[in-house]
Amino acid sequence: MAAEGELTPAGYLNHHLNYLQASTGEGAFWTLHLDTLITSVLLGIIGTGFIWWVARGATSGVPNRRQAFVELCVDFIDDQVKSIFHADRRPLVAPLALTVFVWVLLMNTMDIVPIDWLTTVFLEGLLGAPAWRPVPTNDVNTTFGLAITVWLLMIFMFMKVKGTGGFLRELVTHPFGIKPIWVAPVLVVANLLMNIVEFVSRPVSHSLRLFGNLYAGEIIFLLIGMLAASSIAGTLGAALLGAGWAIFHILIIVLQAYIFMMLTVVYLALAYEGSH
Amino acid sequence: MNINLTLLAQALTFAIFIWFTAKFVWPPLMRAVDERQQKIAEGLAAAEAGMKDFAEAKARAEDVVREARGQAAQIVDQAQRRANEIVNQAKGIAVTEGERLLAQAKQQIEIEQARAREELRKEAAALVAAGVAKVLEREIDASKHSDLIDKLTAELRT
Repeated sequence: MAAEGELTPAGYLNHHLNYLQASTGEGAFWTLHLDTLITSVLLGIIGTGFIWWVARGATSGVPNRRQAFVELCVDFIDDQVKSIFHADRRPLVAPLALTVFVWVLLMNTMDIVPIDWLTTVFLEGLLGAPAWRPVPTNDVNTTFGLAITVWLLMIFMFMKVKGTGGFLRELVTHPFGIKPIWVAPVLVVANLLMNIVEFVSRPVSHSLRLFGNLYAGEIIFLLIGMLAASSIAGTLGAALLGAGWAIFHILIIVLQAYIFMMLTVVYLALAYEGSH
Repeated sequence: MNINLTLLAQALTFAIFIWFTAKFVWPPLMRAVDERQQKIAEGLAAAEAGMKDFAEAKARAEDVVREARGQAAQIVDQAQRRANEIVNQAKGIAVTEGERLLAQAKQQIEIEQARAREELRKEAAALVAAGVAKVLEREIDASKHSDLIDKLTAELRT
């Protein structure tokens, strides 16, 4: 808030919607959101590292509470994957689902951390960052980055199962087929269009669903924060509202992480089974 | 909503995390879980086998006890029969022995009786002879009247 100099609702909102940016070249594209990157990498290291730490000392005997907890989570995800993805899930899909779930869950959870304490007081006040957005999944770059990775894996899996030729053939023969033969050119175009729409829409809907939910949640936290600045009564009301929204948001956080993971697995399963 | 290089950076980060999880996190964890599952299955199987063994042992023990009980009853039976036999045998021996003794006694009594009778007869003959002498108040010539005395003695013998 100090950066704006003046305390206006719009200023407060804008302030919290600014990224800590670093430019690496000419043009808007060559910008890095350092806050998003640092937070997400830290959270990823914490999440993956914790499970790795537990996995390294994992015993097949009686597990301690830490290992039992991790096994519970991993088993839950493994069960979910098993019910959707019927081929061998161990080399890629199950670890992928675990990574996605844990990482997205942790990134979403940053939404619960009081933004004005973390950003305004700690990172900007004490560490002197000019701006900081603490929730990486609030950044469409993150969600789209994840979705595009899943998308590439999906195409990769498609090609691995069907071969490149098979993949290209699927693109022009599904979903309508090419019979009867005299309308084949029309059907080929129609199939191709359908497939392009489908392939493009997948990562978009995949990423925007997560982004939209978390972004909306963040905006509501900010609006509650603005209410808190209005008066003493407003502060009390905002505390109550903030607590309520945070509790409700726990559900959204877990649910969105779960949905993102499930969609990831479903896309890969569809690619594997070759029917879309 | 501005797409920029962060997108690629995040995708790369994600890929690295996926690789790390697939390589270092998932396998040991799953190995531990699988091994434990196997151990539990083995434990359950062992418990079941133990239960079966126990039931078998119990049945066997019951068999042994039943057999032993039967044997014991048989032995008691046998002993009783043997005892009866011995008692009966003893009874038989006693009876024959008694009979023998009785016969012996009877024989002895007869002998004694005969001897007593002989003595009595002799004494009676002497008495008769003395009596007769007194009655006749004269001495009888024993040689003369011996035929008479002998006749009397013969009469007394009966």
